[in-house]
Amino acid sequence: MSYYLMLLVGAVLVNNFVLSRFLGCCPFLGVSKKLDTALGMSGAVVFVMTVAAAVTWCLDYWLLLPNGLGYIHTLAFILVIASLVQFIDIAMKRFLPPLHAALGIFLPLITTNCAVLGAAEINHAQLAQLQKLINEGAAAKSYLASFGEAVFFSFAAAVGFGFALVIFSGIREKLAHADPPRCFRGIAIALVTGGLLSLAFMGFSGLVKLPY
Amino acid sequence: MTIAIAIIAGVGLVAALALAIADKYLAVREDPRIGMVTAALPGANCGGCGFPGCDGYARALVAGTAPNGACAAGGDACASAIAKILGVEATATEKRVALVKCCGTRSEAIRVGDYNGICDCNVAAMTAGGDKGCTYGCLGYGACANVCPKGAISIHDGLAKVDKRLCIGCGKCVTACPKKIIELVPASATIHVLCANPDKGPSVRKVCGVGCMGCHLCEKNSGGKEAGHFAFQGFLAKVNYENPPTDEQIAAKCPAKCIGVDPHFESGN
Repeated sequence: MSYYLMLLVGAVLVNNFVLSRFLGCCPFLGVSKKLDTALGMSGAVVFVMTVAAAVTWCLDYWLLLPNGLGYIHTLAFILVIASLVQFIDIAMKRFLPPLHAALGIFLPLITTNCAVLGAAEINHAQLAQLQKLINEGAAAKSYLASFGEAVFFSFAAAVGFGFALVIFSGIREKLAHADPPRCFRGIAIALVTGGLLSLAFMGFSGLVKLPY
Repeated sequence: MTIAIAIIAGVGLVAALALAIADKYLAVREDPRIGMVTAALPGANCGGCGFPGCDGYARALVAGTAPNGACAAGGDACASAIAKILGVEATATEKRVALVKCCGTRSEAIRVGDYNGICDCNVAAMTAGGDKGCTYGCLGYGACANVCPKGAISIHDGLAKVDKRLCIGCGKCVTACPKKIIELVPASATIHVLCANPDKGPSVRKVCGVGCMGCHLCEKNSGGKEAGHFAFQGFLAKVNYENPPTDEQIAAKCPAKCIGVDPHFESGN
């Protein structure tokens, strides 16, 4: 249990996807002008990243690694995640119209967005390492535990992404009233603010001993 | 190598099949009229009808939950085009325009301080309610003018004025105004009370030379309470736009001079 808590703190605060790993900067700057769109985007990212992690882990475990195709995982992941998001979009529109109305417009935006792909990449590296350890007979955990961790880590990373996005959009809503010099207006001052936010998150480094 | 190609191709094929099947069996049938109605609307997405954009209004129209004719920007031509698509009668729409309910110019309204901050009403209102003595007065920093999609609002002598001919009645300025003194009124109405201060006469007088004191003279001059041309909120007269007065003498007889005859600013004048 404490291991999962460590994963959560690590992914949300210490190694925040946007502010420490610099993944998903495009939606971070693109949809952070208003708080409610930022919340919608965060919801969509949490949903897609969690589902994508489960699917890519299974693909990795049953198809790629047994056939020694670890090197081709990026291509396979892009293919699978892109189709998955499209599929979710169609299915959600049919079965969960209210959820589709809230998250629908953000779904196509995050089709294999780098944050989604980044989580899958990290999970792949972990799985490959675990496989190596198990082959040497030195592993401390099972494949099932690894699956749970991969899905939970992706969920936590997406929550961290949403956390950063919501903080940033709150700042940008206030920033809209500020009067910066002409050359700083718009995206420039947003980038400077994002940089300062990233610096602030550096303060969390060393908070937990990172498993990921 | 062969196995890599086979697996990637296989994964792609399975995904493509799944999507094709999903598209066929899970597709949501949309009423084709929604697209037609959306095309008939102006597409300005101004939100004046109270729905999120033209598409939202089109959906509500097709679902039958919205009255045809709520689109002020499209006007009657748009309403009759939609009526043709839906096969229903169009309800006649009265064009509505924005009205700034304040006439306290720089010389009339008292300023209690100097405001040197950012030129925006919302920011000015945050700093102790703005620099005007009257807390219901137009600040004149143009928050409404900034959001107007048609450029119909301009600032004259510290007051926001709406150009009646350019205004499409979208209501964006109504929500942008921190003092909430902009109202959508029928374009045909000519007589308006240009004050939003419901306080008692003496306290209005202290902050503004042209504030409504609630003396009811306008009501008396327009035929009394029975005629129903005016309504009162506290010590503030309000025009009853269901039954607006037409006699322009009412304005001249107002002791506070806060009733305006067609006060809408006309650009070019």
